Amino acid sequence: MVKEIERVGIPVVHICTVVPISKTIGANRIVPAIGIPYPLGDPTKSAEQSKKIRRELVERGLKALETPVSEQTVFE
Amino acid sequence: MAKYKIVHYINNFFSGAGGEEAAGMRPEVHEGAMGPGLALLEAFGEDYEIAATVVCGDNYFGENLEDATAELLSMIEPFKPDLFIAGPAFNAGRYGVACGTICKAVEKELGIPVLTGMYEENPGVDMFRKDLIVIKTKNSAAGMRKAVPVFKNLGEKLVKGEEILGPDIEGYLERGIRVNYFAEKRGSERAIELLVKKCRGEECPTEYPMPKFDRVEPTAPVTDMAHTKIAIVTSGGIVPQGNPDHIESSSATKYGIYSIAGMERMDKKDFMTVHGGYDRAFVTEDPNLVIPLDVLREMEKEGVIGELADYFITTTGTGTATGNAKAFGEDFVGKLKEDGIGAVILTST
Repeated sequence: MVKEIERVGIPVVHICTVVPISKTIGANRIVPAIGIPYPLGDPTKSAEQSKKIRRELVERGLKALETPVSEQTVFE
Repeated sequence: MAKYKIVHYINNFFSGAGGEEAAGMRPEVHEGAMGPGLALLEAFGEDYEIAATVVCGDNYFGENLEDATAELLSMIEPFKPDLFIAGPAFNAGRYGVACGTICKAVEKELGIPVLTGMYEENPGVDMFRKDLIVIKTKNSAAGMRKAVPVFKNLGEKLVKGEEILGPDIEGYLERGIRVNYFAEKRGSERAIELLVKKCRGEECPTEYPMPKFDRVEPTAPVTDMAHTKIAIVTSGGIVPQGNPDHIESSSATKYGIYSIAGMERMDKKDFMTVHGGYDRAFVTEDPNLVIPLDVLREMEKEGVIGELADYFITTTGTGTATGNAKAFGEDFVGKLKEDGIGAVILTST
């Protein structure tokens, strides 16, 4: 799905837990997520902290979308 | 004569430790064969023994690739095996990645032959097919019976240092290695034969297949985020309560587009997850863990982003054929274009 979105010229960031899979399929802007059962946030922490983590990840995703890349790039 | 020693790697599920609830388990070592190793042991016969079975949870492995690999290596090494087998992983993506990762590490660090098996659409295949012999299996554990003799045959050849023939003959997935051989007929004759087959509409397999690269050039970045309309897409299986379109919990054949108009956050009263590839407990409680609607709404109000599309697009990623996922994408990009979407955040579990 990532590639089809990018193919029509829409910038896309893939926020995902298993980065090697994302690289294999060919996503160009990748943000590593937290965990498989909770990619955006951390429910083992308090609700506020979990949301803060989510906000940081989304911000990193937006930054990735604003960054020029020439090859597959992981935004750690 | 001493027996040849095999060490076998399996995941939480095949070890009997449990499904998603056990996917976080750390590496463990057990003496002897267990789970699918019992069938392998029987096939390999009396000259072989499975000295140990090492087990690791798929999530623990996926989230800690380096640590998990190091821990497992330290468990495998003392047994001084002659052969290492991982899986088979069938169509389980995380398990396939784990099998490939540990096989590659064992081959490199311990210098012994390794074998694994997967269904050809497992994401582990493209990651490791060039490095490893990956036996071609069916997409579920029902294919174990057919896979066992292939493991035995190839395993024996590897241990004894015998020649491994081509992928079609031996039953493994093509590695992209060319081997020179002397053909009976010269090239011009073979070319004419192929042409005649083609003219007759028969199958005419090329002697020189080209690798397929499906890569998309990165798009130019977003330059004006504060005026950009963003859409959320996910493979995390989030659907409205009741799953009105019956999106499958694995091997999805469809996707859905659902409204988030007027919503401040993903409320568990409105949404659920049907994804069959992870422990759903956390996301059931808080769907924002997959669709970060709460923080995107804040950013919309703060003017960080221009606007959020009033829907999200969703399917289940686990076990889903890459061909299906591609078709979903091809199908919904028209809508994204029409709606003036300037950037997409795609989340995966």
